[in-house]
This record gives sequence, C-alpha cells and structure tokens, in this order.
Amino acid sequence: MATETLIWLIPLPPLLAFFLIVLFTNKNKALSHSVAIGAAFLSWLGSMIVFARALGVEHLGEHPFASSINWLPTGDTWLKIGILIDPLSAAVLFFVAWTVLMIFIYSVGYHNYGQPAGDHDHAGLPPHGATVEEHGHKHVVPSIEPMYSRFFAFIGLFAFGMYTLVVSDNLLTLFVGWEIMGLCSYLLIGFWYGKPSARNAAVKAFMTTRIGDVFMLLGIAFLYYATGTLSYREIFTEEVLHTLATVPSGVFGLSAAGLIALLLFIGTIGKSAQFPLHVWLPDAMEGPTPVSAMIHAATMVSAGVYMVIRIFPLISAGWAEGMPLNSAMTVIAFIGAFTALFGASIAVAQNDIKRVLAYSTISQLGYMIAALGIGAYVAAAFHLITHAFFKALLFLGSGSVIHGMEHGVLHTGNHKVDPQDMFNMGGLRKKMPITFWAFLIGGFSLSGFPLLTAGFWSKDAIFAEAFGNGHTAVFITLALAAFLTAIYTMRQITLTFLGEPRTKEAEHAQETKWTMTAPLVILAVFAAGYGWVGIPNDFPLLGGVVPNWIYEFVGSTLPEVPEEAAFNAIPLLISVAVSLGGLLISWLVYRNVKTPAEDKLQIPLLKNKYYFDEAYDFLFVKPLTWFSEVFVSRWMDKGFIDGILHIFGPATGRVGAAIRNYIDVPVINQFFGDGSANATYWIGKNLRPIQTGRIQQYLILSLVVIFVVGGLVYFLLLA
Amino acid sequence: MTGEQIIFLIVGAVALLSALMVVTMRNLVHAALWLVATLFGVAIIYALLNAGFLAVVQVVVYIGAIAILFIFAVMLTRRQAADTGASVNKNWWAGALMAVLTFAGLAFLLQSWSGFSKTASAIPSGFDAVSQLGDALTSPAGYVLPFEVASVLLLAALVGAVYLAFNKK
Amino acid sequence: MIPLSWYLILAAGLFSIGLFGVLARRNAIAILLSVELMLNAVNINLVAFWRYGDVAQMAGQVFAIIVFAVAAAEVAVGLALVISVYRRRNTVVAEELDLLKW
Repeated sequence: MATETLIWLIPLPPLLAFFLIVLFTNKNKALSHSVAIGAAFLSWLGSMIVFARALGVEHLGEHPFASSINWLPTGDTWLKIGILIDPLSAAVLFFVAWTVLMIFIYSVGYHNYGQPAGDHDHAGLPPHGATVEEHGHKHVVPSIEPMYSRFFAFIGLFAFGMYTLVVSDNLLTLFVGWEIMGLCSYLLIGFWYGKPSARNAAVKAFMTTRIGDVFMLLGIAFLYYATGTLSYREIFTEEVLHTLATVPSGVFGLSAAGLIALLLFIGTIGKSAQFPLHVWLPDAMEGPTPVSAMIHAATMVSAGVYMVIRIFPLISAGWAEGMPLNSAMTVIAFIGAFTALFGASIAVAQNDIKRVLAYSTISQLGYMIAALGIGAYVAAAFHLITHAFFKALLFLGSGSVIHGMEHGVLHTGNHKVDPQDMFNMGGLRKKMPITFWAFLIGGFSLSGFPLLTAGFWSKDAIFAEAFGNGHTAVFITLALAAFLTAIYTMRQITLTFLGEPRTKEAEHAQETKWTMTAPLVILAVFAAGYGWVGIPNDFPLLGGVVPNWIYEFVGSTLPEVPEEAAFNAIPLLISVAVSLGGLLISWLVYRNVKTPAEDKLQIPLLKNKYYFDEAYDFLFVKPLTWFSEVFVSRWMDKGFIDGILHIFGPATGRVGAAIRNYIDVPVINQFFGDGSANATYWIGKNLRPIQTGRIQQYLILSLVVIFVVGGLVYFLLLA
Repeated sequence: MTGEQIIFLIVGAVALLSALMVVTMRNLVHAALWLVATLFGVAIIYALLNAGFLAVVQVVVYIGAIAILFIFAVMLTRRQAADTGASVNKNWWAGALMAVLTFAGLAFLLQSWSGFSKTASAIPSGFDAVSQLGDALTSPAGYVLPFEVASVLLLAALVGAVYLAFNKK
Repeated sequence: MIPLSWYLILAAGLFSIGLFGVLARRNAIAILLSVELMLNAVNINLVAFWRYGDVAQMAGQVFAIIVFAVAAAEVAVGLALVISVYRRRNTVVAEELDLLKW
C-alpha cells in the first residue's frame, strides 16, 4: 500500500472503534475492549510501517510523505487539507502509537475486566468492590467498572483526535484534532460523573483550555488572512516567512509572525498547562489513571508542545543562531522556564501520588517550551518524546500502585483510607515488585539519572543549548527545577515503595494483573533506552559510537539542520550534580519521614499551589458567575425580556376575552348559531301539525292552494 | 217549456237531491242506496243525450256491479249493526266551503265561455251511435289502444283487489 | 232545446256535491261513494259535449266508456284496500287512518 494512503488511514481505526462501541458493542464488555485494542493495534501497526519507511527515505525533510485534497472552495482557490509525515511528525507518530497502545491494553486491567459486578456500583461512580463467597467465607474483591465500554469508546475517539493532529499537514485539521481531544478530555476527566469533584474538574479543564483555544483560533485566522493558506509547506517557505517577519502587526510592536506565533502559543499555554492556564491539569487527576496517562503524558499536552515545535519557523522568523531572541521567543522562553520552576516547586509539597505527577508534567512541559523559546528545536522535540514515555510509565505505574492499595482497602474494609495518599503507602517494593522497578526506571528518567535513562539525554540536550547559547537565566531556572524534580521524584519513590508499610492497607497490597504490568515493562524499556538515539557526537567516550540519530533525523525537518551545541562540561556536570544530588538528599531525608507532620516541605504556600485557584475564583469565576446569574439571567432575561412578553401575554388575553364575550358568544353563538337553530326549530314545530296524516285535510289544503294560485293566475295574468 | 226540458228538470233535481242524500246519510247502506238513485238519474240523462248505449251500460255496470260492491264492502266493515258517530268529520265546513267555491268557480268559468248556451244540433238520420261507438272502440285508426289499455287496467285492478283483500289464513 | 249550459251546471253541481262528500265524510267507503259521484259528473260533461259538438266524433263516448272502466277498477281496488285496512286497524273512519302524520 502506498505510504500516503496508509497515513490517511492511520487515524481511522480508533474513530471506527468509537462508533462501533457506541452504536453496537456497548453491552458486551469483551467485544468493546477487543474492538478498541484492535483499532489501536491497527493504528500502531500503520504508524510503525510508516515510521520504518520514513527512516528509509533520504532527506525526508525535503521530500516528506505528503498528500492533500481540495477541501473548501474559497473564491478562485481551494483550501487544501491533507497529511504530511516529515521527520518531526514521524518521530512523534512513533511515540504516540506506542503510548496509546500501551494505555489501551492497560485500561483492560485497570477497569478490572473479568471481575464480578459490584455490590452497589452505579454507572457514574467509581466501582467499589463486590462481595464474593469463596470456600465458605466472604471477602470483597475489586469490581468491574460499570461504564467499561464507554471508556474504551472515549479513548478511541481521543486516539483519533491525536492521530489526526499528528498526521495533518495544515493548521485546520490540527485544530480539529486539538478540539476533539479537548472534548474527550472533558468526557474522560468527568468519566465518573457521579462525583461532583469530577464534574467540576471536567468543566474547569474544558473552560481553561478553551480560553487558550480562542486565542489560537485568532492566530489561525490571522495567519490565513495574512497568507491565504493554512498548510505548513506553503507557510514555512522563505518568502512567506520573510514577509510575515517584516510586516508589523500593529500590536505591541510585534511583527505579524510574532503576533501569530504568540497567539498560537497561547493555545499551547492552555493545552499544555503552562502558567497561567495550568490550573486545570492537577484537577484533571479526577479521571481514571489511564486517562491521566493519556492526556497528560502521551497525547494531549504533547499536542500543545508538538504544535509549538511545528510552528517554530514562524516563531523564529527573523532570528538566526547566535542572534538575540526575538520578542515571541523571549516570551515563550520566559513562560516555559518559569512554569518549569513553578510546577516543580508545588510538586514537592503534594501528598497525592497523582498530583505530584501532574505538577511534574506541568514542570516538564515548561522545559520543552523553554527549549523552544531559546531556539533548541531538536532538544525540545527530543525531550517531548522521552517525556511521553517516562511520564506515561509513571502515571500507569501510579495507577498500578493505587490499584494495589485499593485491594488492601477492600481487604480491610476501611474506606476512610485514601489509596492515593503516599503517606498511607510504604514498602510496596516487596508487594508490587514489577511496578516498583518500572516506576523506579520512570522516576530516574524523569530526574535525569545519568547515562542510563532517556530523560538524562534529553534534559542534557536542553541544558547544553541553554548554557551554550548564553541564556543564563533560563539555564539557572531550569537547573533549579531539575534539582526540585529529583527531590520530589525520590520523595515519591521513597514514601511509596521503600521502607515499611505504614498502614494495614499497604500491607495487604498486591501486584496487579499482567494487562497492567506488561505495558509498564514495555514503556520502561523505552524510558530507559530511547535516550541512546540522541547521544551528542562530541560527548566524551560515548559520543560518535552511535550517530546522533535524533539530531540528524528530527533536525532535518528544518530547511537547515541546526548546529549541535558544542560539548561543554559545565552544563553536563551541573545536570549530573542536581540529579544525583537531589535523589540522594531526598532519599536520605524521606526514609525517616513517616507522617506529613514530619515533612518539612509541607509549606502551606506550596501545598496550596500558591493559592492560584482561589485567586482565579475570586478574579474571574465569581464575577462571571455574578454576571450570568444576576445580570443576564435575572435582570435581562427574566426581567426585561420576560417583562415585555408579560405585557403582550395578558394584553392578548384580554383582547381575546373581549372578542369572545362581546362578539363570539352573543352574536355568533347565540344570535346566529342558537338563533338560527331556534328559529328553524320553532318553524318546524309550528309547521308540524299541518301534517296530520289525514288525507281529507290534505285534500282541502291542496284545493285551497289550487284556488289561490288559480285565482292569481286568472286574475293577474289572463284577465 | 218543452217536455224534454221538464223531464230534464225533474230528473236533474232528483239526481242532485239523491246526491245530497248520499253525502249526508249516516247510515251507509242508505247512502249506497241513494247512490243507486243518483246513478239511475244519470242514466236517464244519458238517454236524454241520445247516448242510449251508455245509459244501459251505466245501469248494468254502475248500479249492477259497483253499487252492489259498495254494499258488500259496507257489510264487511261494520263493527256493530248500527253506524255510530257523525257522518261528517270536524272540518266539514271547510269541505262545504270548498264545494261551494268549486261550484261557483266552475259556473263562473263556464258562463264566460261563448258556447255556453248553444243548443243541440240535430242528429243526422241513419246515424247509429252504437255501431259508430263500436267502430271507434275497435279500429286501429280509432281508439283500440285505449280500449286495450283499459282492459289491462281492469286486469291489474282485478289482481290487485284480489291480492289486497285476500284473507291469508 | 235544452241548452248545453243546463247539463254543464248539473254536472258542476253533482261534482261539487261529490267534492263535499270526499272532503267531509268520515267513513272511507262514503268517501268512495262521493268519488263515484264526481266521476259521474265528469261523464255527464263528456257525453254532453259529444252531443252538442260534432256527433260523428265518437271521442266523447269513448272517453266516457273508458271512464266507466277506470271507475270500476278504482272502486274494486279501493274497496279492497278499505277492507284490508279494516282488517288491520279495525276502523274505516278516515280520520283514524293517520299513521303518516308527523
């Protein structure tokens, strides 16, 4: 099959799975997950084939796999949509396919397929366990999720959105995929819609990303207006970019390119949870863990970063290596770096295992954004890919931990114990070994453990670029953030897995099924090994042993492959120091911390996320709620508009009543209607006696008539 | 006043008087018998009009058959031996008025006709009214068709009367 | 010598008396008797006009013969009806035969 055709087909199986599950296989759980996983597998297979073929093409950047169709007629021209697989999207397609498939498989076990239905499980609430009789004694086992098929339908749609976004060759279909994922994130965060916290989180996620999306749409519109096209290959050409870079946009002194880039970047701020639109991501932990993995590791937030990487030519229009950053890049770098530190600082004070990972995601995305801001194109893409693998691994691992803890909770029956609170865990390395080792690999990758983990190589690339190009402020911020990252990661691992179980529930935890641990193992392989495709060429000892594939491959997406930063020992040493130092310090401290009271990092400001939620609530949510409830609903709608209607209503009523009482009833009913009836009746009643049935009277009557008529005729006519 | 006229006046008076009796007698058999008298008078009138055949037919058919038929019918429909009740109904005055008006009307109309007072022309000698009547009744150029139709009518009346009065027991 | 008018007045008188009888008599048979009077009056008229017109034209007499036949038929059927009615309703009073009233 031609590669282009295959690429067109890649997004379709999950979409088909969505429709099939929703329309047909909803009732049958096994069939639903089979359809979904089958679809994910097909897309994975297609992606692998495409990736393999992409690797074989010389200079894929100059001749990407591309195909487009005329879609929207606009006067004389057509707006085209199509697919494009150049090196960047090939690399992204690779990790998207793997993580999506792993998450799909994981979901089977996570939602307790094969378990009995729960005792009082309702659709809309998390399952609570089923009482099972075994050898004459009852115990509670985890129960299957009531809305099992629905979950697979939604993640199918989600996968479709992401694949569409990755393979598309223009901003329009990218935006379509973007919005589909926004919808699915709403549906999935609010999956357990019976919980008010989940509902609120879903709305918050949607609203916050929507704010970003509005600006992004403005950016797309401006771009279309300025260039007449939305296709990457037509925009990212020398002339177009040059024009956009030199034409002033009239806003804040930015060039057109700068303004468009910033507007589009605001979409990423929303979607990838950068400061200030980061508030939705931690709350999104209300969704089931596979959702958190999907949204916050593999796909959705990655989509934001992918988009920014994609429009890098636009962002960097007018900039070249060695020049000071232009305004757009400065803003982006600033926001990225700030978010990295900001997110990490909150993560150290969180006690919920998933919240730590949520803030960690915010922080890591900040790294990628910062990298792009300073012009480190390849480093940003590299970190995006490695982050997807190890973050997905960490999230799925945390889901496995939570499942193990829930098993313990069901065993003891004490439902007041939060299975997600790290201070209730401890010693799980003995109870859940596979999870432990996978989580360890993921955590070390996140912290940038030297040489052996993928995270080290990608972070190091960013540090090298930042230091090497003289962006000292960014470098220092990112280094600090890396230190905090190592601290909270080791804190998490220590509290969860090391030491002794701190609660009975932790004692009764047990390893999860193969459908959950197998994906962990596979992802761990990537989280450890993916970094080795990006070893810089002048790295001591190891450089040059394998070519820096990622640099050459992904870098060839740009018209000129950017130069690798020259090897410098300082950023490398600092990166190793903060990583190992943070891990060690944190392990030493936290192996002795048993309760939150002993935890010195439980600073209220950090724990409460710098009170941003409260601030936004006060500044935005409450005024808008007032506006809609009081001003619009009560005053305008009910008061003014209904008031006008209330004038018309009774008036019409009175007119109608008058017509009825003065015209309808007396004249038409009584006079014409009843009157004619009565008259007819009266005439009939009075004429009736004429017909007596007596023939002699009839004869007399007829003779009378004859005489009268005859007389009239004779005297009037004939005489 | 010729003899004819006198005869006419007497017979006419008798006929009219008998007719009055017919319509006022309570006893129906008497009324029928008075009818017989009227019919006789009419027969004599026919004779005066040189329609001898008709006079005889009148007596045979009308008096001999029809009046007898009436008397049979009266016999068959008596509830008790004597007739009770009034002979006329309660609107008799309307009937009387109508009769008077009719007579007046007819008289008025007739007397304004020119030929009202003409006299009879002489009958040509050798004129045999009966054979002329026979010819008229049986010749196709004459009135054979009404004659035959009349016989069909009589057949129908015969069948009808039998059917109507037949007592199915 | 007898003017036509005498015959005509006689016939008119007989006819009127018969009409009175038809309209006023209670008994159905009496009504039929009165009808006979009317028919005879008509016959007198017919024969008179025959005599006082062209005697060769037999139409007058033929018509009178036909009237005889019709009268006979009518009396037969009428009396059969009266008898039939008498058997059903036990009355021959015309006033009481009023089933076709309102």
